[in-house]
Amino acid sequence: MFSTNHKDIGTLYLIFALIAGLIGSAMSGAMRLELMFPGIQIFPTISAVLAGDGSIDAAKNMYNVFTTAHGVIMIFFLVMPAMIGGFGNWFVPLMIGAPDMAFPRMNNISFWLLPVSILLLVLSMFVEGSPGMHGFGGGWVLYPPFSSVAGTPGPAMDFVILSLHIAGASSILGAINFITTIFNMRAPGMTLHRMPLFVWSILVTAFLLVLALPVLAGALTMLLTDRNFHTTFFDPAGGGDPILFQHLFWFFGHPEVYILILPGFGIVSQIISTFSRKPVFGYLGMVYAMVAIGAVGFVVWAHHMYTVGLSLNTQRYFVFATMVIAVPTGVKIFSWIATMWGGSISLRTPMIWAIGFIFLFTVGGVTGVVLANAGADRALHETYYVVAHFHYTMSLGAVFTVFAGFYYWFPKITGYMYDEKWGNRHFWLLFIGVNLIFFPQHFLGLAGMPRRYIDYPDAYFLWNFVSTIGALVSLAATVVFVYTVYEAFQVKRIAGANPWGPGADTLEWTLPSPPPFHQYETLPQITGAEH
Amino acid sequence: MADAHARPHHDYHLVNPSPWPLVGSIFAFLLAVGLIMSMHGMAIGGLKAGPAVLGIGLAGVLYVMAAWWYDVIHEAETGDHTRIVQISHRYGMILFIASEVMFFVAWFWAFFDASLFSNESIQAARVAFTGGLWPPKGTEVLNPFNLPLLNTLILLTSGTTVTWAHHALLKGDRAGLKTGLTLTILLGMIFTCVQAWEYAHAPFAFGNSIYGATFFMATGFHGFHVIIGTIFLIVCLVRSYAGQFTPQQHLGFEFAAWYWHFVDVVWLFLFSCIYVWGSWGATIEGAAH
Repeated sequence: MFSTNHKDIGTLYLIFALIAGLIGSAMSGAMRLELMFPGIQIFPTISAVLAGDGSIDAAKNMYNVFTTAHGVIMIFFLVMPAMIGGFGNWFVPLMIGAPDMAFPRMNNISFWLLPVSILLLVLSMFVEGSPGMHGFGGGWVLYPPFSSVAGTPGPAMDFVILSLHIAGASSILGAINFITTIFNMRAPGMTLHRMPLFVWSILVTAFLLVLALPVLAGALTMLLTDRNFHTTFFDPAGGGDPILFQHLFWFFGHPEVYILILPGFGIVSQIISTFSRKPVFGYLGMVYAMVAIGAVGFVVWAHHMYTVGLSLNTQRYFVFATMVIAVPTGVKIFSWIATMWGGSISLRTPMIWAIGFIFLFTVGGVTGVVLANAGADRALHETYYVVAHFHYTMSLGAVFTVFAGFYYWFPKITGYMYDEKWGNRHFWLLFIGVNLIFFPQHFLGLAGMPRRYIDYPDAYFLWNFVSTIGALVSLAATVVFVYTVYEAFQVKRIAGANPWGPGADTLEWTLPSPPPFHQYETLPQITGAEH
Repeated sequence: MADAHARPHHDYHLVNPSPWPLVGSIFAFLLAVGLIMSMHGMAIGGLKAGPAVLGIGLAGVLYVMAAWWYDVIHEAETGDHTRIVQISHRYGMILFIASEVMFFVAWFWAFFDASLFSNESIQAARVAFTGGLWPPKGTEVLNPFNLPLLNTLILLTSGTTVTWAHHALLKGDRAGLKTGLTLTILLGMIFTCVQAWEYAHAPFAFGNSIYGATFFMATGFHGFHVIIGTIFLIVCLVRSYAGQFTPQQHLGFEFAAWYWHFVDVVWLFLFSCIYVWGSWGATIEGAAH
């Protein structure tokens, strides 16, 4: 608990992410079960248990609280801790030949602030939010006036605000730590252009965090003073502007989605290269595609806000800038395919997850280009089409890379080999499950079904039903996942230093599995051009 | 565990396990809960414990910060901070200041959103409040060339005195170091006092107007940073009286100076944007009478 060792802290992060992920998934499961049939079925019971109020209004409120908490948990307490805190902490020092992170003690507080943050979020669900209701149900974007005194006068909102403040502080400290480590602690000969792509992805991500999160902190502080100290930043009656919050939020929020996916790009690059037994195709192109995505990610935020009354010229600019992002993203997709081309491919479990990711992320990317058009977005804004889009990129894209990384590095972290058969079953079940959940949501969105409602007209029944069947399949996949991990620890197949063969040429595979408490007592010398 | 890395063949600093991160996080939790309970007057078992919890949390966080930095200073004095570790610390401080800059970006964004677009036709409710003007109609403002200009000069002067202290330190002139630092701290305190006086006598209120909101929050957060910077400099002064800092190694001092300059630059933006440009053409305080 007091550890200053990057591997211990990485493990803490991974366990934390696993628990948070299970909570977040359970919430989405409850929402999908509710939406299986028209009408309101299970949320009165949930609300009665959690808030002691089984009325229909309380059920509707609780549903919205669930959507909000599901979003916040999955973003801040599953994907970010798993990828950046977990895999980043474990493998950035190993891959660049460093004995630890630059600021080991700060690393520890970056972790411990997260349980504090999630505790505040959970507490928010049990105190008053909107009058007579528990929790905050205004969505993870926290738009005023939902989030101001007019919408949510109770303390639930303040719990959410401070939860995000603390999660943000944790991430900023972590990001400073990663940038410093990568710039200052590379082994002799490990030049920037020889760094593994995963390290590059964490570097770009960390820069996004340092520059984007303080702006969110500012916006949250304005919200806090608006709510409690009578300022009028977002209240037009005092000359303020609710749209200002959206600008500040998305100036953080859009880089945030790249924060979620870039480490995944890095993980997939390592895996595709390993199991194709080839260096990544177009290494420099891959590096600068990530840098470009990170940079352009800062100037496209208002494409989340086409419907708030931006001028036409502003909308034109954001359409154009948003579509530009498809270019470096395309560079990455095609480079992964070109890496596999002519490679000696072995379809081990991590490779299957990585290929699955490429497919799913491409689907999400294509709907992203559709939504980038301000005209098309008029019709699709706040519909299930958007829900399908960001779940294809995030929950299917980012989460698939988390699982890919998990299977890829599980032998290194634990020293044990998982079972290929079970890893495969997990993949196929989840792949079928999530596609069943989210593909029909495109149809629902095109048909006009809005987000964030507990009920829907009968016309939307069929695809909602299919979607919930998919959720049940995904639930089964999660059970298989837990069993796969359990089985690996039960059977204790010894993995050895490098279970993947000559394709795995990054530094972590030169160490025993699990690596010693302090690696590289003598720093490794890097020569040659391995990436 | 401390012996596990008895003699590594590298110059990095592998820090020993520390209780501060966990303890600090717990106090941060109390701080957050106490703040919310105070703001909403919430009670536990009929007892309005908010301010007490807030106080414990705040005191705990401050104590952990002090203890943590005490450890850092101790490690620096016992030679853990090799050249390469010092480079890490420089990166860390630069990035921290970069994140602080982005924090102020948010406040300037709010200010320019309100001041540049006070007459945007689609924001009918806002135009009704501002009258399409900035500062909003009926707002009396501070005269920027009165106390604010004086404060600008005070801060700029303090920037030179801290540089004096730095050069003295580099030359091994300990007396110069102490004098320069003392002057800087005094100037910082005078700035804070003038600012407090001005707040108390401002012709506009904090609440219910976007002018007051942007003015007080932006300059208030700056003032808060001035206080932090002053404390940082005081720590440096105490350390220099304790005989610490050498011409070769004095990162603590250098970071305090960087931070001070950062605060200085933010002020120049505040002064030129909010005080001077933001009050252009408005009724100056007292002039109407």
